Amino acid sequence: MKNIKIYMLAILVSAVSFNCSNDDDAALITVAPGPDFSGTYTQDDQMARPAINTVFVNDGSKDMFNTTVPSAQGAAFQTAFEDKLLALNPGYTTNALGFTATQFTTALATDVLTVDLDGETTFASADLSTVLTGRTLMDDVIDIELTLIFGGPDGSENPGLTSDNVPSNDKAFLASFPYLASPH
Amino acid sequence: MKKMKILLGVAVITVAGFLMVAADHIDAPAVSGGGASSSTDITDFYAFRAENTDNIAFVANVRGLISPSASSSVDFDENVLIEINIDTNGDAIQDMVMQAIPRDGKMYVFGPFASTSTDLNSTINTDAVITVVDITPYGSNAISATNASGITAFAGLRDDPFYFDFAQYSEIIAGNATSFNDPGTDLFAGTNVLSLVVEVPKSLIGGTGTINTWVETKSK
Repeated sequence: MKNIKIYMLAILVSAVSFNCSNDDDAALITVAPGPDFSGTYTQDDQMARPAINTVFVNDGSKDMFNTTVPSAQGAAFQTAFEDKLLALNPGYTTNALGFTATQFTTALATDVLTVDLDGETTFASADLSTVLTGRTLMDDVIDIELTLIFGGPDGSENPGLTSDNVPSNDKAFLASFPYLASPH
Repeated sequence: MKKMKILLGVAVITVAGFLMVAADHIDAPAVSGGGASSSTDITDFYAFRAENTDNIAFVANVRGLISPSASSSVDFDENVLIEINIDTNGDAIQDMVMQAIPRDGKMYVFGPFASTSTDLNSTINTDAVITVVDITPYGSNAISATNASGITAFAGLRDDPFYFDFAQYSEIIAGNATSFNDPGTDLFAGTNVLSLVVEVPKSLIGGTGTINTWVETKSK
């Protein structure tokens, strides 16, 4: 009988111990919650195509451009973009895409980057046969934009202004993820 | 004294004007306090067909012009949300969004999930599909993570992929020069940025046709 009592006590102790362990687990879960993602985040910056805000938006309107949703940018900014284009290049007629000043700035003012899900992605191929199907790391977007702003109908006007003569990045990109070169 | 203050004000504005740089680096006063690129300052955005041609890689860079000597002390800001917006029907209004935010050394990428909100304020959709990746420390090999949906993410310092002789462009705009130099000088050579790279199966963002995309930073 005494043996049975000790045996029962042992079972009781182990049962209580087991419960204690469970409590410990529950406590651990309580003291280590997931990250806090609550709160409201308010817009500061926005971009799609390179250099649009820098080149085409006047100094007093740059913050406004960054906080105007793309679907409202055309109405808010196209006229100012056209004025800016003609100030940069008073001799603008059309560009190598065949766009008038109004057509070109209408396309630019809605600042979204169009990406083709079916084929090659490039800001523009060398002969401009493929344009705005994405933007790769290698694309010389500045030369493309300078050519479209200053180069006239066939890209040959203002030759000193259609290339910055920096043809590539200072480090080679990677063929595989994450594609960008390691930091300096 | 008042004149002095006004003069100083003009000087600050002039300097800030000069420093409005390039792709989108330091593009506007609100993201370039004191002329320096902030954690909310988007420097560049790329979207291209990935090595696996069934995927599109999105690259969003913030906080440009980081020198190597400053790089070990630079990190993403836990108060800054990066949103990549995707319009699948050509109206320049988002139909899907991805949200990325750092917490305790990891980047949490939510989405892509359906959203047509044009609100400039966002809350984080923690119910969306998630990809979590350790932020790669400066000097370490790139760390990436892929989730069950086939979304791969990276976050950390990289070389700034942008290149431009911005100094000469500024001289031309200021009327001090009439053409670019040959060869030009890349202002961004030797500098780093904070990069977010998210590679997404095309099947999750419309599958076929074209999309329009753009990136936003939002802070609290």
